[in-house]
Amino acid sequence: MNQFQYVRPTKQKAAIEALARDANAQFIAGGTNLLDLMKRGVMQPQKLVDINRLPLNKIERMDGGIRIGALALNSAVAEDQLVQQQLPLLAQALNAGASAQLRNMATVGGNMLQRTRCHYFYDTALPCNKREPGSGCGALEGINRMHAIFGFSDKCIAVHPSDMSVALAALDATVLVSGPKGERRIAFLDFHRLPGDTPQKDTNLEQGELVVAVEVPENAFPKNVHYLKVRERASYAFALVSVAAALQLDGNTIKAARLAMGGVAHKPWRLTEAEAALVGKPATEETFRQAAAVAMQGAKAFKHNAYKLKLAPNSIVQALKNAAGLA
Amino acid sequence: MAQENLNPTAPADDHDEARRTFLKQTSVLTALALTPGPVVQAAAAQWDEKVAAAFEKVPLKLDINGKKYRLQVEPRTTLLDLLREQLHLTGTKKGCDYGQCGACTVHVDGQRVNSCLTLAVMQDGRKVTTIEGLAEGDKLHPMQEAFIKHDGFQCGYCTPGQIMSAVACIREGHANSEGEIREYMSGNICRCGAYPNIVAAIQEVKNGGQKV
Repeated sequence: MNQFQYVRPTKQKAAIEALARDANAQFIAGGTNLLDLMKRGVMQPQKLVDINRLPLNKIERMDGGIRIGALALNSAVAEDQLVQQQLPLLAQALNAGASAQLRNMATVGGNMLQRTRCHYFYDTALPCNKREPGSGCGALEGINRMHAIFGFSDKCIAVHPSDMSVALAALDATVLVSGPKGERRIAFLDFHRLPGDTPQKDTNLEQGELVVAVEVPENAFPKNVHYLKVRERASYAFALVSVAAALQLDGNTIKAARLAMGGVAHKPWRLTEAEAALVGKPATEETFRQAAAVAMQGAKAFKHNAYKLKLAPNSIVQALKNAAGLA
Repeated sequence: MAQENLNPTAPADDHDEARRTFLKQTSVLTALALTPGPVVQAAAAQWDEKVAAAFEKVPLKLDINGKKYRLQVEPRTTLLDLLREQLHLTGTKKGCDYGQCGACTVHVDGQRVNSCLTLAVMQDGRKVTTIEGLAEGDKLHPMQEAFIKHDGFQCGYCTPGQIMSAVACIREGHANSEGEIREYMSGNICRCGAYPNIVAAIQEVKNGGQKV
């Protein structure tokens, strides 16, 4: 690991200032991804600003929803009663991620900001536009079994690895950030970005901005939800494809629906058109198949990930069946 | 020490034990000798305002297995490397060093974590329990007994991490079925494949109702 300066502020303002002054500085919270990347030389910050002493770990009711502090641990959020009662989809997604040990370390803010697990990004001997802009995308013509089927560019075909973020995207969350220019709110769907010509930027955060909290509005999905994660082993692996599904049922009729996918794009992939295709219809496998077909419009596979073109719609159908209690 | 008793048929290697004890004592003494207590305290008090230069060592207070340590560490030292290399608590194992195998699992303030993926300085003031801190004197922890009884290991390299994780798994309330145990133990990889026996050991301790 490269050597670095270390500072541990106890005030939010000091933390933001410490980062704003230095383009080579990084915040560190749980450290489960950043230290992994630093050990491999993928990231080499010259300064770490340890934010663990900032008072940002509360999970609380707010006007119109629930606010989750950026430093709340993944395990704490998943086990929280309020979250389990009102945001069961989020609890399920969190528990599908990583291992019990990592969930005890990883924070909500860090989970959102984790980097792709694309092997070309991780291997400093290989080209990667995300790690080294202009070096090329190794995955494009290389081993691309784990890669995107939506929203990619010729610069980057990596996927975002977070499970939690897929649920937050489905639940219309908002990210509260604070930076040198003050506070602002970013809709969760605008927080992560598509790679375009600048895949080195995962998110729309600006230099020096700190994620302070995630706000999840009240919703109609306290039950009939399911987070389905398809992996190469039963647990403790990144998703090949995942689906966050939430239904509001009136009898057998779908009144409202939320759907998002993970493992298929550079950001959590919200499926608003498929949601619209569900509303007003009976909760049947036939309805779910039609919605899945809508969701898959525009999908395109590479040499090794064509299986996702079948796995993704089947996963959508299965997640919706589980959510509706049909499975 | 717990690790000698894990295999009751093998006599403790006195020479090796003496060497480890010597190293442990000297490393702590060296740390304390090099840094007078008041200096460590003063430095810690001003820490918020201070940026540690790249080569500067940082003061660190930890409670490890009930023993208080006042140390000086480089900021890039992981908790795992501090335990093994500086304090010679070698029961905690380095497997992958990337949070993928669980061999380095310890408890920090009662919660299981991967000690390879956290910096020692980030744990300032916390209470760490390693496999060495589980037994009470010569009396093994019930989970250690159960791992021996059920043959929960072959090569033994993942075992300290498995046991620390298993204890936490029960404390967390996630050991209510074989399926739940397997899910909540999935962060600990055993390449010998002792999983069925590990699950059996955890179930026995859970069902035995002993305090873990």
